This record gives sequence, structure tokens and C-alpha cells, in this order.
Amino acid sequence: MSKSKGKLLEVRDLCTYFETEDGTVKAVDGISFALERGETLGIVGESGSGKSVSNLSVIRLIPTPPGEIVSGEIIFKGQDILLLTEDEVRKIRGRRIAMIFQDPMTSLNPFMKISSQLMEITQLHLGYDKSRAYNHAIKMLETVGIPDAAERVDSYPHEFSGGMRQRVMIAMALSCEPELLIADEPTTALDVTIQAQILELIKKLKQDTGTSVILITHDLGVVAGMTDHVVVMYAGKVFEQAPTRELFAAPGNPYTKGLLRSVPDPTDEQGKLYQIPGLPPDVAHLGPGCPFAPRCARVEEICRKEFPPFVQLNANHFSLCHFAGDVFDESRKESDSTIETEQ
Amino acid sequence: MSTTPADIEVRRIQPLPSRSGSGEPLISIRDLKVQFGKVKAVDGVTLDILEGETLGLVGESGCGKSTLGRAILRLTEPSGGQVLYHNRDLAHLSVREMREQRRHLQIIFQDPYASLNPRMTVGQIVGEPLDTFKLARGKEAERHVQELMETVGLSKRFINRYPHEFSGGQRQRIGIARALAVDPQFIVADEPISALDVSIQAQIMNLLERLKQEKNLTYLFISHDLRAIRHVSDRVAVMYLGKLVEIAEAKTIYRDPLMPYTKALISAVPVPDPEVESKRRRIVLEGDVPSPINPPSGCRFHTRCPYAIKQCREVEPTLVEIKSNHFAACIRISPDQPDIDIVAPGDAPGLRQAGPTLA
Repeated sequence: MSKSKGKLLEVRDLCTYFETEDGTVKAVDGISFALERGETLGIVGESGSGKSVSNLSVIRLIPTPPGEIVSGEIIFKGQDILLLTEDEVRKIRGRRIAMIFQDPMTSLNPFMKISSQLMEITQLHLGYDKSRAYNHAIKMLETVGIPDAAERVDSYPHEFSGGMRQRVMIAMALSCEPELLIADEPTTALDVTIQAQILELIKKLKQDTGTSVILITHDLGVVAGMTDHVVVMYAGKVFEQAPTRELFAAPGNPYTKGLLRSVPDPTDEQGKLYQIPGLPPDVAHLGPGCPFAPRCARVEEICRKEFPPFVQLNANHFSLCHFAGDVFDESRKESDSTIETEQ
Repeated sequence: MSTTPADIEVRRIQPLPSRSGSGEPLISIRDLKVQFGKVKAVDGVTLDILEGETLGLVGESGCGKSTLGRAILRLTEPSGGQVLYHNRDLAHLSVREMREQRRHLQIIFQDPYASLNPRMTVGQIVGEPLDTFKLARGKEAERHVQELMETVGLSKRFINRYPHEFSGGQRQRIGIARALAVDPQFIVADEPISALDVSIQAQIMNLLERLKQEKNLTYLFISHDLRAIRHVSDRVAVMYLGKLVEIAEAKTIYRDPLMPYTKALISAVPVPDPEVESKRRRIVLEGDVPSPINPPSGCRFHTRCPYAIKQCREVEPTLVEIKSNHFAACIRISPDQPDIDIVAPGDAPGLRQAGPTLA
């Protein structure tokens, strides 16, 4: 694709497999994506797409066994994370690359006070002494908008609501001012008004600290409002990637189109909702052709037999499809968009 | 063991009043209350569910919407109020009498993993209601089950499989088939798509819509997903901390929400369009939903409301018909002054002008 100069993170041909009773599950099977400094990259996919596994691979949190990062490169600031020792990875994890997870209750230790959990991070990574770590913890809680932070810092997770706990998670993640924040479905478990708060918070913190963000979600609305670039994953593969506006204006892949059409539009008149037929694939037993073939509206013989090429549609727009060019052209006509093609 | 036809007691279907989608109230909920210890989960809800409609019930966690749905069916006991259905008050029927009514009132649950007995096959799960209500036996029951499976898009080959052999979306279809088995008139769909992937959500919504048309059903569709609600509902009712705060036609609620909570709720929904998202002005609420054990005085929303004034703490608003068929509970608006954004600061027109209310 391109040189890694200027890119904060570059994932190349990552393969993470799991050995199960059902056979080898190729959860992530040869994916590549990159993140520029200061950008927000959205990774979109449904269950089984590999979106979470790919990001857990980036910070080497894949349980081994049964999982294993089989091949690929994960270049973070010019260094391949996969070549580092466990000790070296630990210096990066939590310090330079931080992650927040979907369910804040299971990610926070229910037996430890919030203060202890926050202090642990700066004591470990930044060498803060107890008192400095404690004050830093209060400051972080204030930064994420927890009211009466000084009083609440010694609470336990169960004494906070879901939205508050997620804020605590963000506080923990940002404690060491990481260069990269990976947020895995950070708002899925939250009410919609709280979701709006958390997303605004992430946006603001990103502006204030310059952290780059990878946002993993299945919610296309969140993607539209928060991201600069999008990677669409399906069955462990990248199916499409493009700048956000271009992805929505002119998708070049039938799966992306199907996803976009399946989301009910609150401003639209009611009618039958477009549905992608069938079920997400069984990644332990994929056929030779395109993994989306069984569900694709424009499937043809070649799709079932041959794995599709990764076609470049525009400067930063790629699609995994035998008919990527046609799909892209149709999309552009449909939206009457002014997306210009660079050859 | 052989049974002669005479031994089989088959309950004849009671003739029901017209199922023509008449628009008349099918279920009338009057001042319904459900209290768990100190928690007033549902605190005086009055609402009609019209025959043939899909009434969307929306609200965030803890607003009482699921409790309301379950209380209608007596899966949770009401602490007060009435649920009128065909001249009977469901809230005060005996266990036996209520069971008879359940023939017409069914539910689809949220969690497709927890709502199916893992030790029963699909055939047994879907067939159980036929047995309970003595509607069919033996071969006839099996045929009925197969038809139901096909109706919901499941191959009848799977009739002897167990729930764990199916995906979430398929399990939800099994739940739907089970609800349809008795040919009900009314179905409470309690967050039926929340646990499913986006592409499967669309399938299930389309299925529910088709079934409604084919079988003349009436739905109470409970969800926190505003986009889904907008798509499936005819009318939408919004709940906050145990109270109804707004009711209107689905289109109207989205185009023209009147009550500040509804406005914030709709504003919070991300729109899958980067152009729109970058330009629109969002209302972001401060703070969390207060505890239902100690709800705020007056209007329960006043602690987070960007338009709250002193009287909002003191007066509990009632649902007033602000525009035609559009009810909202807010003292800062009235039929003469429906737009809260242009009401004079500090003014509460709703206190001066009494509009038609939901009794």
C-alpha cells in the first residue's frame, strides 16, 4: 500500500487464528489497515467479522492458546509490535496504546476502588508515587466529567452507573496520555443519551490531547459522526476501506451497501426495510470464493469459485469484490455524488 | 395409549370482536402502577393501545417500559390501576381467568438465548402453547408447528433441533413462532431485536411487519432503539422514570418532538450520514438518569432539562394534547405555545392554559 512514514499504526496482512473443536477459525485472515496521527479510524462489522480480534491482536491480548497471531506485521511508530518481547509489549500496552472495552462492568475490577485502579496505571507506567498518583486520578476523573471527583474517587465500580463507569474506563485509558486509543464498542451497552455524552467526550479529549483513535462499532451512525476513515470487515477480511464521507456517499462493495440500507433512517418514510438475506458466515468453514457470496444480491458464478481481488477505486478507497468498479460507479450515479476519481 | 376423538377436549375458539384494525382501543391502561419495594418502576401510566396498530414504547434503561409491557400480561403484578381488555380488567383477574386471556395476548422476549428452554426441541417449544390451550394434538399439532416454522422463515427440517443449534436471529424466530401458535390478537414485543446483528435486525423487523398484516395483529413494540421504533411504529409513546412524557404518531415524534426529553433522545441518535452528522446541532444532556427510588420532585426530567425553570421542580406535568393527537407532559408548552424554543424565558404557558388531557 504505502510507506509508513507519518502513519502512527500500520497493520499488514495480519492473520490471527483460533484452534477449536470445529477446526481452525480464521478470525482475522490477512487484513491490512493504517492510521494516521490525529485521525479517528472506524472499524465496522457484525459479530464474527474479526473487528475485535484484530484490535486485540494489535496490543497482543489474544489468549494463546487457543488463539495465535500467525503472521503479519503491526508497525507502531516504526516498530513491529509482533517482534517485541512480552516485557517490551507491556511497556506499550496501557502507556502508548490504550484500550477501552464494551462492557465497563466486566472491565473494571469490582473489588478495587476506582482510585486504586487509576493509580495502578501511573504508578506502573510513569513511576508516580502514591500521592502523585492519587491526585492524578482525581484530575483524570474531572477531565472525563465525573461530578465531585474528589469524593467519588474512592468508590467502587458498582457505585457508578454504566455511563459513569465508561467514563472511568476512559480516564484509565488516557491516564498516560497514550498516542493511540482503541475503543471497542464503547457505547453499545449504554443508553442513547449517555452514548451521545461519551462520544462527545471522546471527541473533545481527542482534540485536547491529539490522541489518535480506533473506534470499533457496528453502528453506522456512530461511524458517520466520529470517524475520518472507515474499514468494513466481514468474515475476518477487510471488505472495504475508504474515507468516511466517500464510504457513505459511494460505497464500492455490496456488503457495505447492504449494511447502509439495513439501517432504518429516522427521516425516511416507512417502507419495507432492506435486509441482507441469510446469516453471517461460519468462519470455521468458509468456501473457496467470496465469503459474502451466499448473501450477496449481485452474486455471480465467479464469486462462488474465486476469491475476489482487492480493487483500488480511488486514492484511499479499496473494495474486495469481483465487481468493485461497477458497484462503485452505480453508487456514484445513485447519489449523484461529486466524488472525483484519481487514477 | 390410545385416545378417541371424544377424549380430546378441544377448546373452540371464542369468537372475538372484529379484527379489522378498527382503530378502537384494544387495551386501555388506566393509571397503571408497578412498584418493587421502594422503586416505582411504573408510576401512573394511562394509555390506549389501538386495534391494528403498532404502538412503539421507547425510553432508556430504568424508564419502566419493559415493566409496563410485562404488567399488561400480568407477568409482573401491577400495584395499582387497570388494564382493560374486552370489558375485563386484566389487572384484577384470577390466575385461571388470566390464563384464558393469554390465549389472545402473547409476548416475544428480548433475549433469544434465555427465553427458550434449552432442553426442549423447537417442535416442543412451539407446540407447547397448543398443548396448554388444548388447541391441537398429535399429527395436527405437528403440522401446525411446521406451518408456524415456515411462516417465520425456519425450515421445518429443524423441528427436532435444540435452541443451542441456532443463531440468535433464528432463535428469535422460534420465539415469534411460539407467540403465534395460539393465534393471538395482541403481542408485546419486548426489545425483540436488541440482541441481534444489524443485518438480522432488518430481517426480523420485516418479518414482524409481514405477520402483522397477515394475521391482523396489534403490537406493543418496546425498544430503546429509536431508529427501529420509528420504522415499525404507527404511534410512539415515550417514557421517563416511570411516567409517560410524550405520545404522537411516529413521523411526528421524530419531525417535531415537543417535550425536551424527547428532543434530547432524538437528537442523541447518530445518523448514518457524515454530512448530516457534521452539521447538525446536538442536544447533549448533563448527568445521569436519577434513581427511581427517589425520583426528582415535580417534573422528573427537570434535573437534566436544558429548559427547566423553578416551577418545573414544583409541578408535576400531565399529558396535554398540545397539537392534534400529539400529547406532551411539560408545563413550559401549551396548545397556544407549542414550541419550547420560542417560549419566553421563565414562562410556563402550560400552567395558564389547560388543554385536553389524557384522563
